[in-house]
Amino acid sequence: MRIPCPCCGWRDRREFTYYGHETFLHRPAPDAGAEAWDDYLHNRENPAGPTRDLWYHDPCGSWVVVARDTVTHAVAGGEGLA
Amino acid sequence: MRYSGLRVLAEGLRGNRGWRPAWRKPAPRPGYDAIIIGGGGHGLATAYYLARNHGLTNVAVLEKGWLGGGNIGRNTTIVRANYFLPGNSEFYSFSLKLWEGMERELNYNVMHSQRGLINLFHSDGQRDAFARRGNMMRAQGDDAVLLDREGVRRMLPRLDYEQARFPIYGGLYHPRGGTARHDAVAWGYARAADARGVDLIENCEVTGIDIRDGRVKGVQTTRGAIWAPKVGIVVAGRSSQVAAMAGMRLPIESHVLQAFVTEGLKPALDHVVSFGMGHFYISQSDKGGLVFGGDLDFYASYAARGNLPMVEHVMEAGMTLMPMIGRAKVLRSWGGIMDMSPDGSPVIDRTGVEGLYVNCGWNYGGFKAVPASGWSMAHLMATGQPWHDAAHFRLDRFRTGRGLMDEEGTGAQHNLH
Repeated sequence: MRIPCPCCGWRDRREFTYYGHETFLHRPAPDAGAEAWDDYLHNRENPAGPTRDLWYHDPCGSWVVVARDTVTHAVAGGEGLA
Repeated sequence: MRYSGLRVLAEGLRGNRGWRPAWRKPAPRPGYDAIIIGGGGHGLATAYYLARNHGLTNVAVLEKGWLGGGNIGRNTTIVRANYFLPGNSEFYSFSLKLWEGMERELNYNVMHSQRGLINLFHSDGQRDAFARRGNMMRAQGDDAVLLDREGVRRMLPRLDYEQARFPIYGGLYHPRGGTARHDAVAWGYARAADARGVDLIENCEVTGIDIRDGRVKGVQTTRGAIWAPKVGIVVAGRSSQVAAMAGMRLPIESHVLQAFVTEGLKPALDHVVSFGMGHFYISQSDKGGLVFGGDLDFYASYAARGNLPMVEHVMEAGMTLMPMIGRAKVLRSWGGIMDMSPDGSPVIDRTGVEGLYVNCGWNYGGFKAVPASGWSMAHLMATGQPWHDAAHFRLDRFRTGRGLMDEEGTGAQHNLH
């Protein structure tokens, strides 16, 4: 499995650390309430098929939102996080 | 048909013409008192204990493929009760007791072999942690013995005791731990549930869950609608998809965990052994193959197969612990779909829908839990109340933060288990 890094191009999966679904990018307001925070921290759509998740490229320190398929392991692409 | 040694002998003399299929293949009826979605180990055990403990025999198990085709047939077959935290400790202790009576109970040879489990430690700190775990296991009523280096060497002579980087300091020995023939557990529960009148319906995929006025009414399937006032979701790695049919989002992320088996060897390893410095565990099957595994691949996946980096990591850990395995050829590797929960502990609970129950979040440890999970899920579905040894497996513990069971102590977050 190879993953595109915005700085370094397509690199081996060994160079990346998986963080989780891109849900993590949508942090609720501090006072949004327990339900919203539970949903953000714990509950997941957990799709079987196309997904978008966060990976960290260890050598260069880039965060990447990777579009890939959880059933085939095919990686369609990725975009860096500013 | 009752199985026995005498029966094997008699059938052998009569040309084995008297054997019958171990369970029926019924067509789904229009309705049942309870439906279990998922014909794996946990689902079949739930159906069996609904019939056995609660007299509920008008029950169907709906399986989209074939019985026992998921994780029950894809694990490394380890059975143990060495958990540390209250909530887990009593549950797995109860489960091991059910394992010890399972073959008699089901009249089925599951080849349960209590060959002992040894968790190795490699530093003073790890020794202290394992001593504490062992004390907790003994306080729970289970068995644990702290072995020193020589004690381990006597039992496991083929490990590498010379290497300096990860020296073996000793091990926590759990004599009642061991292995079982994984498929036979599914088949044994299936046969015993069928004998009590449960309908096991294969090739029947659930496509929708009917809910009216906050109550479950039944399910839609590829073989038609089936009504039932009680439905249990027991589908492991596919929990999120089935729960979504009821409008729920679960605290589950599905990951791939790989396992490996070598060609058959002469007896070389009498126990189940885990390496404390690389997350590697190994045992030898009755056919002689070394069965081993390691960590998750650590990304969400439904592929039921892994990638090469984790293969490499597992092989490295195996070679570090036990260099002799480098001479064995790996025959097969495979992956299972693990329903990972944020704190690494499972859920057996009611849902927001009356009559709908969920059993999920077994992470990479569901096999040993099969009997107690089925028992507890059946109790919950039949009485509406949690079984006392499974009362901590609540779905709301993530929202409230109360009663999290994080055995690894890394935090209740998805990417940490």
